[in-house]
Amino acid sequence: MNPLSLIILLPLLGFIFTGLLGKKLPEKITGWISSGSILASFVLSLNIFLGLKSGAGAFYTKWFTFLSVSDLNIDIAFQADQLTSVMMLVITGIGFLIHVYSIAYMHGDEGFYKFFAYLNLFVFNMLVLVMGANFLMLFFGWEGVGLCSYLLIGFWYSNADYGKAARKAFVMNRIGDLGLLLGLFLIVQQFKTLDYAPVMQQIRTGGVNPEMVNLICILLFVGAMGKSAQIPLYTWLPDAMAGPTPVSALIHAATMVTAGVYLVVRCNAMFSMAPAAREMILWVGLTTSIMAALIGLKQNDIKKVLAYSTVSQLGLMFVALGVGAYTAAMFHLITHAFFKALLFLGSGSVIHAMGGEQDIRKMGGLKSAMPITYWTFLIGTLAISGMPLLSGFFSKDEILASVFASQPLAWGLCVGSALLTGIYMFRLFWVTFHGGFRGTEDQKHHLHESPALITFPLIVLAVLSLLGGIINLPHFITHSGSHALENWLKPITGESQLNRAIPEHTAELILLGVAVLVFVIGFLFTRSKYLNKGNIPEDDENMAGTGRLLANKFRVDELYDSTFVSGINLSGDTMGKTEKGIFAATMSWVSVCVNFFSGLLSRLQQGKIHFYIIAMVAGLILLLVFNLYK
Amino acid sequence: MKPDSIFNALDISHYVYLSCVLFCIGLFGVLMRRNAIVLLMCIELMLNAVNLLFAAFSSYMGDASGQLFVFFIMVVAAAEAAVGLAILVMVYRNTKSTDVGFLNNLKG
Amino acid sequence: MQYLSVLVLGLPIEFLVLSFITILCALYVVTNKNPIHSVLALILTFFSISAHYIILNAQFLAIVNLIVYAGAIMVLFLFVLMLLNLNKDSEPQTKMGWQVAAAIAAGLLLVVLAASLHKSSEYVSRNPVEGVGLVKNLGKYLFSEFLVPFELSGILFLAAMVGAVLLGKRKSNEESTEMEDKAQ
Repeated sequence: MNPLSLIILLPLLGFIFTGLLGKKLPEKITGWISSGSILASFVLSLNIFLGLKSGAGAFYTKWFTFLSVSDLNIDIAFQADQLTSVMMLVITGIGFLIHVYSIAYMHGDEGFYKFFAYLNLFVFNMLVLVMGANFLMLFFGWEGVGLCSYLLIGFWYSNADYGKAARKAFVMNRIGDLGLLLGLFLIVQQFKTLDYAPVMQQIRTGGVNPEMVNLICILLFVGAMGKSAQIPLYTWLPDAMAGPTPVSALIHAATMVTAGVYLVVRCNAMFSMAPAAREMILWVGLTTSIMAALIGLKQNDIKKVLAYSTVSQLGLMFVALGVGAYTAAMFHLITHAFFKALLFLGSGSVIHAMGGEQDIRKMGGLKSAMPITYWTFLIGTLAISGMPLLSGFFSKDEILASVFASQPLAWGLCVGSALLTGIYMFRLFWVTFHGGFRGTEDQKHHLHESPALITFPLIVLAVLSLLGGIINLPHFITHSGSHALENWLKPITGESQLNRAIPEHTAELILLGVAVLVFVIGFLFTRSKYLNKGNIPEDDENMAGTGRLLANKFRVDELYDSTFVSGINLSGDTMGKTEKGIFAATMSWVSVCVNFFSGLLSRLQQGKIHFYIIAMVAGLILLLVFNLYK
Repeated sequence: MKPDSIFNALDISHYVYLSCVLFCIGLFGVLMRRNAIVLLMCIELMLNAVNLLFAAFSSYMGDASGQLFVFFIMVVAAAEAAVGLAILVMVYRNTKSTDVGFLNNLKG
Repeated sequence: MQYLSVLVLGLPIEFLVLSFITILCALYVVTNKNPIHSVLALILTFFSISAHYIILNAQFLAIVNLIVYAGAIMVLFLFVLMLLNLNKDSEPQTKMGWQVAAAIAAGLLLVVLAASLHKSSEYVSRNPVEGVGLVKNLGKYLFSEFLVPFELSGILFLAAMVGAVLLGKRKSNEESTEMEDKAQ
């Protein structure tokens, strides 16, 4: 059987199996079977990757024709080229680690088997998204991951707030999907097909209306906005932290939210013809990045900080896409997947040890109690802040250099965002793990290092975060193996990739120096504030001024609520009332009419024989007269 | 001496008109009279008008089926008269009157 | 062959006289208040119609008409009248409006019927046959072509007899119903 089909089907089979039988099987079996299916997919993806590396062409398999109407022909088909294989490795690899993690994390939960079923379904949908050979498959996977996100965020459904958060995520995603759908419709109209290859071909050979391409790109980006949590459709991501931590790690850090980035990279030919769209992406990404970083500065829930961090880093990726540095964006996507998953899983370990406590003001001094978690979390924090030689440093540097080469003003703001990243991440780190323990006595006794199934993924991800930079080393480190990712993705992004001329040594060193400086400033500043002086973030009542504004997330949620949500609710109520009024009136009017006419007609039935006979005679006369005059 | 057919001198239309007149007189009786027995009698009159017409046509066309049909109409009329009168007697026993105007319980 | 008769108004005199008698008696049936007079007038009507049958060469029908209709059915009617003891006084009176409506309806129907059947003689072929109404001739057709209706009419009579007997049976205990009160 075609390996592509197998890769897609294994998680689906896992879903069906755990969904149907998981309730009756012991936890270990369910967990390991579903993890095993992901592992099998990972091995096969590795196979494909190696196959592509040794020079084979892109893999392709077609299941059947979905739709064939006059010009338009849509197949259910999957493909694996270089870009897809990278995404597949990330999805299945990190997916497998998170499955293993969940076996220990969700232990004892009554919905254990459901969790794994949903996780498998999610991996299936994500694979369909990246492995689809046409826009329809992408859309199918897009919607599927949105669904799984909803299911998993609201996993503990007995809490109504979690359900609301799940709904919020789904609805915001849907708003973005509308833009995506419109973009797809326009693609069909312009290019008469939904397959990637013909569309890109038509664009490269020219003859397409640039206005339409601009519009299509903007609409596709609206879809990406919803899925990847950019302004204005980002508020669902922090609320999505209501779901279990493995969900946050897998979906809202490593895979689903990166679907938007994947979409743009896949359509890079289109975007390179649409400068207006790219401008929009650049500035939206930039604003998102800074705003989210500012909000993250004042959050006190460990997962919320990481959520805003995700939004901020996604903004950075979109900045890279906006200037045309597709490789840099993919590079950051991969490294971000590593260390963000690591950070989330680590926070899960902390929450697990603290017995469910998530407020960092009640933590502290966990270094001695949870060494593995401590060291891996430290590595993750260093990576995200851009410590030199770690993976995050290289990817962020790549982005900054690309931005500098095209828009220096934006570069300045990006540097600011990087600085803020370092500050809020280290704030989180120092407050959570250092200082005296600020929790209750009960929690103190409960503190313990997490079991092996939890720490093993942490270690693996830590190693990847440390060494992940070798994927795309810049020139000044090594000349031979450099820019491996860029070369790898050349078949996809080749012509659109921002051609960043290798800057002269001084310029490059200055850029590097700025990056390192930013890291050092953040590290030292937070260390002095939170470690040495022992500051802890204030309680909610004591916040003031800008601090409170940031802590309240700029009141964006309240803004949405008062405008859109109440507007829709109001219109819904009015509609309901008018509908009731109109429908009730119409129905009663109908019944009144019927009664009236039936009353009239019932007068014909008098029961008098003579009346009947006269009626008969009258009818007969009419008949004969009619006949006569025909 | 066998009689000649009257239709050597007469057209069929005269019998048609005669039959129509009798039928309509019978109909007038049915509509006007409220005594059930007289009602039934007027119905017999209408039937006879039709009989006359059938016999006339049969004689005109030389076909015996017309007269045989009259025969069957008479059969039906006799049966109907018998049953109708039986019903009427039952109604009289219950209402002590033969007025058909009292039989309007089926009104809507 | 020539038809030997006196022609008045272009019509044979027997036809005229018989028609006159028939219509007059019919009108008497319909308008008279006394039901017994109506019955007697109806008998006269049947007699005249039988006479019509004779001049129409339908001899068998004439005799059967007399025996069955005038002899049996009318006698039945008379019996019932006697049984119920109806006379002129207990005759219900129709309202004036209904009478007018009845007259108009019947008159209209007459006009329309006559108009419809006006040219009917053009559609039939004049073919008078000598012995068409004789018993032998009728019997020939009755027992060959019309055998099934003949048998069925026997069953019909049986059903009517049984029905009439059952309907006419007086129940052992009879309570007075609301219909009786209404009649009072």
